[in-house]
Amino acid sequence: MDILPILSTLRRHKLTAGLLIMEIALTCAIVCNAVFLIGQRLHRMDMPSGVVEHQLLQIQVADVVKPVNPYARVQEDMALLRQVPGVQSVAFSNQVPFGGSSSNAGVLLDPNQPQRTLNGTTYFGENLVSTMGVRLVAGRDLRPDDFVDVDVALKGLQTGDSKSLPHVTLITRTMAERLWPGQNPLGHMLYLTPIVGLRVVGVMDSLVRPNAYDASTAQYTMVIPLRMSADKGMSYVIRTRAQDRAPVLAAAVAALKKADPQRIITTQRTFDDVRDHFFRDDRAMAGILVGVVSALLVVTALGIVGLASFWVAQRRRTIGVRRALGATRGNILHYFQTENFLLATIGIVLGMVLAYGINLFLMQHYELPRLPAIYFPVGAVALWLIGQVAVLGPALRAAAVPPVVATRSV
Amino acid sequence: MFAYYLDLALRSLKRNKVLTALMVLAIAVGIGASMTTLTVMHLLSGDPLPGRSGQIFYPQVDPYPTPDPRHQPWDMMDYRSATDLWSAHRADRQALVTGSALRLTAPGVNLPPLMVQMLATTSDFFPMFRVPFRYGNAWTAQDDASRARVVVISDALNRKLFGGANSVGRTLRLKDTDVRIVGVLAPWRPSPQFYDVAGGRFAGGDTSAFYSKPEDVFAPFASALEINDGGFQPFTCWQPPEEGVKLQNAPCVWVALWVQLDSAAKVADYRRFLAGYAQQQKALGRFAQADNTRMPGLMAWLDFNHVVPSDVRLQSWLALAFLLICLFNMVGLLLAKFLRRAGEIGVRRALGASHRAIFAQCLVEAGLIGLLGGVGGWLLTLVGLWLVRSQPVEYADLVHLDLSMFALTFVLAVAASLLAGLLPALRAARVAPALQLKAG
Repeated sequence: MDILPILSTLRRHKLTAGLLIMEIALTCAIVCNAVFLIGQRLHRMDMPSGVVEHQLLQIQVADVVKPVNPYARVQEDMALLRQVPGVQSVAFSNQVPFGGSSSNAGVLLDPNQPQRTLNGTTYFGENLVSTMGVRLVAGRDLRPDDFVDVDVALKGLQTGDSKSLPHVTLITRTMAERLWPGQNPLGHMLYLTPIVGLRVVGVMDSLVRPNAYDASTAQYTMVIPLRMSADKGMSYVIRTRAQDRAPVLAAAVAALKKADPQRIITTQRTFDDVRDHFFRDDRAMAGILVGVVSALLVVTALGIVGLASFWVAQRRRTIGVRRALGATRGNILHYFQTENFLLATIGIVLGMVLAYGINLFLMQHYELPRLPAIYFPVGAVALWLIGQVAVLGPALRAAAVPPVVATRSV
Repeated sequence: MFAYYLDLALRSLKRNKVLTALMVLAIAVGIGASMTTLTVMHLLSGDPLPGRSGQIFYPQVDPYPTPDPRHQPWDMMDYRSATDLWSAHRADRQALVTGSALRLTAPGVNLPPLMVQMLATTSDFFPMFRVPFRYGNAWTAQDDASRARVVVISDALNRKLFGGANSVGRTLRLKDTDVRIVGVLAPWRPSPQFYDVAGGRFAGGDTSAFYSKPEDVFAPFASALEINDGGFQPFTCWQPPEEGVKLQNAPCVWVALWVQLDSAAKVADYRRFLAGYAQQQKALGRFAQADNTRMPGLMAWLDFNHVVPSDVRLQSWLALAFLLICLFNMVGLLLAKFLRRAGEIGVRRALGASHRAIFAQCLVEAGLIGLLGGVGGWLLTLVGLWLVRSQPVEYADLVHLDLSMFALTFVLAVAASLLAGLLPALRAARVAPALQLKAG
């Protein structure tokens, strides 16, 4: 197909052709960036937690009256929960992965360094690693004799008595690699304050923070052997078989309520719900973006249909003359298809430049990474396809113009 | 003349129904998308206290005991600084605020215990923030001083417990303390829940929690601290608090102070007072930085905390870009429409119609399309807002189309289509009469 006649025709329709090109360019730029944003959100929602999410339940209890012995209370509750049929393991934790609220600490490599090396989250509680199904890649799990009661530790912190503080910790692989790149982290010391020194005894494959807002720091996690007392904000974490979750949750809540009818269960949910809740904004945003991208492509397609129909109507006589001079229906069809392809290509090239500009703006204002090059061909193919689909109807109508039109005056 | 153009426009629109429908649809979709996000933006970024916000300020001091020139004041204050500043009563009105959760039971009401949010505050809170009452009144400054066991409850809680009846004088049990209801609020839903805003710069743009509902129970500050002793959470601590020490004496920040200052002179006075207080505390050895005080106004404080969620801002940009594309579309289609009628325009020009008349006629037609698009856009906006309301975000129940946004829908639709019609109308008005007649 010769494109020179098409170009010379378009030169006579500079304004309309220009408008169409601009529309395609803008659509291309926005679609590229929106698809990229959707990808970002979906990727975030897939963030690994490192725990066996489909087998875990969370129950959060608020005691109205502080129990006489809050440690005994926890042991009683845990014993009670282990009795519930279907419960495989129970842990008591200050926080849960993707739970939102979190306890964090600055980590020092040298007790005297002025600035912290990184900020990591701290999980406290017994049985955590085994119950949540966290995989250890090196070293050992925390042992009962590592554990220190939280009140004793707090007192130790005040008096500066490091004997009553915990001495060991588990950390994640990511955090180990960040602190001691390329080294075996086992046996290394890290410090939370100049007197809280913890020896790394185990390395976890992965355990995500409760407040994993930033993917780059989401795995900076420690598990510290502190025995927690019954207090606000603590959670029982229960492991069971995936298919037993609903009945086990109901039975566990009933057992806790029976033990003390006065207390209030503030949260009871599966870990699937925890993840769902944590990422609900991302899911909503991804949904909105999908809606906008589709609407945008539909509107652009409608615009192409409108302008192409106009051109076809305007050129009925010319088409008739060409047909009378021997052009086949296929020639006419291809003419309009090629014309659209040309316009779309120019629009796409402009759109790429614009997409890059928009991405720069977003990078500045919304802390987004650079748009990967893969999104450019995706946007281009999408718009070429949309253009061809949209122009097909008008082009077929043009091809159907009979040669006899050439002989009529209007 | 206008009526005639309108008639012409209607005829022209009827002649090519498909093209007309395409244009109306393009405008409607563009307007629908942008009005949905603009409405959300308008509701979230609005002034929660119109007419009063200019007089509301948020004093901040820096109780950090270590000298550090880069240290910024925390988003809340320690108990001592907040109560010192409050009890000086140097502003026209002043209120301490801090929130906590506790258990509530209503004797004589057959409901299980509830966990409710309680705002500990002082009597000025209600008149200062123009909080509306349905029954009863706020407690008095006397109640603040005498730690009276009184509370004000929200309309929602009153409905839940008492079916919306006048419950003033009834008793509630908060944790282990009996309190008397002295006031019931009328429905009150400030957007955002401005008096609790703090820590927004650490939220990573995810600030929709600032749009949650106000607390269900309001209690005098000193009474609330006794009733829910141990139930308050610090915003942050600069060193670990000792075991068994009350939060009031702990090295933690957890209380906010709001003040109302009615004139510029009073604002300047209060800034001096705040600086003087910091100086004095430095002399006492409690503060390390004496010159690190701030006092943003309410709106500046909301800005500082980036209260409008970044997702909402991103959506607004997206919607505006969308509208822009719809406009390009519209320009193209109008151009097609007008130039297709070049013959008819040529006849009108030959019969004596001026450039201006043709131009006006084309614009009337564009405006009419805009108006139709506006109706479609309004319907689509309602659908869009319904979708936003069904999302699990704190501000979902706030979302509605108010009168100003309803009017803006049509203004925007007509203005956008007139703008889009400008270029095609100019082109149409340039049609030469003779040429078209010949060709026709």
